[in-house]
Amino acid sequence: MRAFLYDRPTAVGEAVAAVAADPQAAFLAGGTTQVDLMKDGVWTPDRLVDITRLPLRGILVESQQLKVGALTTMEQLAAEPVVEQRLTFVREALLLGASVQLRNMATIGGNLLQRTRCRYFRDPTVSACNRRSPDSGCAAVDNVARMHAVLGVDERCIALHASDVAVPLIAVEASVLVDGPSGQRRIPLTEFWVRADEGPSIENVLGHGDLITEIDIPLLPQGWRSGYLKVRDRASYEFALTSAAVALQMDGDMIGDIRIALGGVGSVPWRAREAEEMLRGTHVDPVRFEQAGRAVMASAFTVPGTAFKVDLAVRTLSRQLLTMTEASR
Amino acid sequence: MKTTRTTARAPSAQDQYTVDVFTVVNGAPAQWRVDTRTTLLEALRDTAGLTGTKRGCDQGACGACTVHVDGQRVLSCLMLAAQVDGRQVTTVEGLAGELGPHPLQEAFMRHDAFQCGFCTPGQLMSAACLLREGRAGSDADIREYMSGNLCRCGAYDNIVAAIRDVAKGTD
Ligand SMILES: Cc1cc2nc3c(=O)[nH]c(=O)nc-3n(C[C@H](O)[C@H](O)[C@H](O)COP(=O)(O)OP(=O)(O)OC[C@H]3O[C@@H](n4cnc5c(N)ncnc54)[C@H](O)[C@@H]3O)c2cc1C
Ligand code: SF4
Ligand code: FES
Ligand code: FES
Repeated sequence: MRAFLYDRPTAVGEAVAAVAADPQAAFLAGGTTQVDLMKDGVWTPDRLVDITRLPLRGILVESQQLKVGALTTMEQLAAEPVVEQRLTFVREALLLGASVQLRNMATIGGNLLQRTRCRYFRDPTVSACNRRSPDSGCAAVDNVARMHAVLGVDERCIALHASDVAVPLIAVEASVLVDGPSGQRRIPLTEFWVRADEGPSIENVLGHGDLITEIDIPLLPQGWRSGYLKVRDRASYEFALTSAAVALQMDGDMIGDIRIALGGVGSVPWRAREAEEMLRGTHVDPVRFEQAGRAVMASAFTVPGTAFKVDLAVRTLSRQLLTMTEASR
Repeated sequence: MKTTRTTARAPSAQDQYTVDVFTVVNGAPAQWRVDTRTTLLEALRDTAGLTGTKRGCDQGACGACTVHVDGQRVLSCLMLAAQVDGRQVTTVEGLAGELGPHPLQEAFMRHDAFQCGFCTPGQLMSAACLLREGRAGSDADIREYMSGNLCRCGAYDNIVAAIRDVAKGTD
C-alpha cells in the first residue's frame, strides 16, 4: 500500500474541506471497498479522511420516508423495523449482500459508491482499462467476462455496478443529500450514477470533496408488497449474477401500480420503466411478464461471457413477478 | 490529528505517516504507534503479538481475520488499526472466560469442528456474535449467517453441529 496521511475529523465541514483541499485525498467510511482497492494498488490516495466519527449515523423515521445517516451500516438499516414492514425489498437486498462481518462495517453511503468488481479494473498489472486510465482500452471485452454488465455499456467498458441495496433504492426513488465545497444539494438516485456507455471513467455526478450525508428513502405506501430476488453462483456471500427488485400494489387480480429495478445487469442500478409500463393495470400473466423482461433486455450489449445474462435476467424478473403476485392468483 | 501536506516522504515527515492508537484489547488498555497503513489484523498480530487472529485472503473474502469491535464481528484485514482508536477489540485470545474455555470452544472440540484449524479462530469469533444476534435458530440460519467464514477443509457440517449445540443450550 502506498503511504498516506490520515485525518479523522469530527465535523462534516472539516471533512469536506480536508478532501476538497487535496486532489489526491479520499474519504474513508467502512473501508470495505476503499482499503481493499488501496491494498491492490488500484487506488493510491495520499490522504485518507476517515469520516466514521462524523455524526451521520442513525435512522429517522418520518411518516412518508426514512432519513438514513450516510454512516448507518447495512446491518443497522436491515434491523430497522419500519424497513422490514414498509421496505421489505430493501431489507432483503441488504441481508443477501456480502456477509455479516462486512455488513457491520459497510455503510449505506459507501455501498452506493462501491467500485466495480471487474477483475481487470482491480488488477493494476492489466493496462487496458478505460475506467482506470482513460483511452487505454478494455481488457474485459476481449477476455473472460462474467461478473459484468450488459445494459448501459458498450465496447469501451462493461463494468457492473454490483450493489444490491441500490436496486430497490432506485425503484423507490431514494435520494441523497450531499455536502460539498459548493454547498448542499439533493440528488435523486435516478440521476446519481453515470452509465459506462456515457463515459467509462466517470461513475457518478459527485465532485471531488462531495460528501453524502444522508439517504432519504420514501416508504412504500400501505398495501404494497415488495421483494428482492438474487441469483448467484453460490448460495450465499456472493455478488448477484442477476437480481430483481419488485414492489407492487394489487388491485383485485390486476396489477395496480408497480416499481421494478434490476441488478447484476447494468453499469448503473437499472430501473426497468418499460416493464413497469407494460405491466401497470394488467392481469397477472406469465407470458406478459416474460415480454416485459425481454423489453428491458432488448438493448443488451453482450460479450460471450455475459450473453447468458439476458435470459437469466428475464427469468429472474418473471419469477419474482410470479412470487409477488402469487397471493392473488 | 491535523496534518500538513508534504510532497516527499522525507524522514522528517515520518511522524505524519504514523498514528497513535489508544484502544482496549481483550479488556486491557493498549497503545500502538503504527504506520497509517497498518490494518487492524497487522496491529493485532505484529504489534500486539496476538497471532490467534489469522490472515487468510487479506481481502475480505474468507473471514479468518474476524474479531469483535465494540461487540460486533468485523473483518480486521479491511479495517485500519487507526479506526479502533477509542474502541474495544476482542480477539480469539479473549474469548475464553476466567473459568475456562468458551462453550463454543468446547463444542468445536467435541464435534471435531475443524481439521487444520486455520479458519477456527474466525469461526469462533463469528459464531459468538451469531449467538448474541439471535440468528442460530435453525441450521439454515446458522449456515446463512456464518457464510462469511469459509473453511477450506470443509468442516462445515461439524461447525454447524457445534454451534447448534451451544445455541440449544445442550451443553
Ligand atoms: C468480499 C466482499 C463481498 C461483497 N459482497 C457484496 C454484495 O453481495 N452486495 C453488495 O451490495 N455489496 C457487496 N460488497 C460491497 C460492500 O457492500 C461495499 O464495499 C460497501 O458497502 C462499501 O461501504 P464502506 O462503508 O465500506 O465504504 P468505503 O470502502 O469506506 O468507501 C467506498 C467509497 O465511497 C467513498 N465514500 C464512502 N462514504 C462516503 C460518503 N458518505 N460520501 C462520499 N463518499 C463516500 C469512499 O471514498 C470510497 O471511494 C462486498 C464487498 C466485499 C469486500
Ligand atoms: S469493463 Fe470497464 S472496468 Fe473492466 S476492464 Fe473494461 S474498462 Fe476497465
Ligand atoms: S483475511 Fe480477512 S477476510 Fe480473509
Ligand atoms: S479447519 Fe482447515 S480451513 Fe477450516
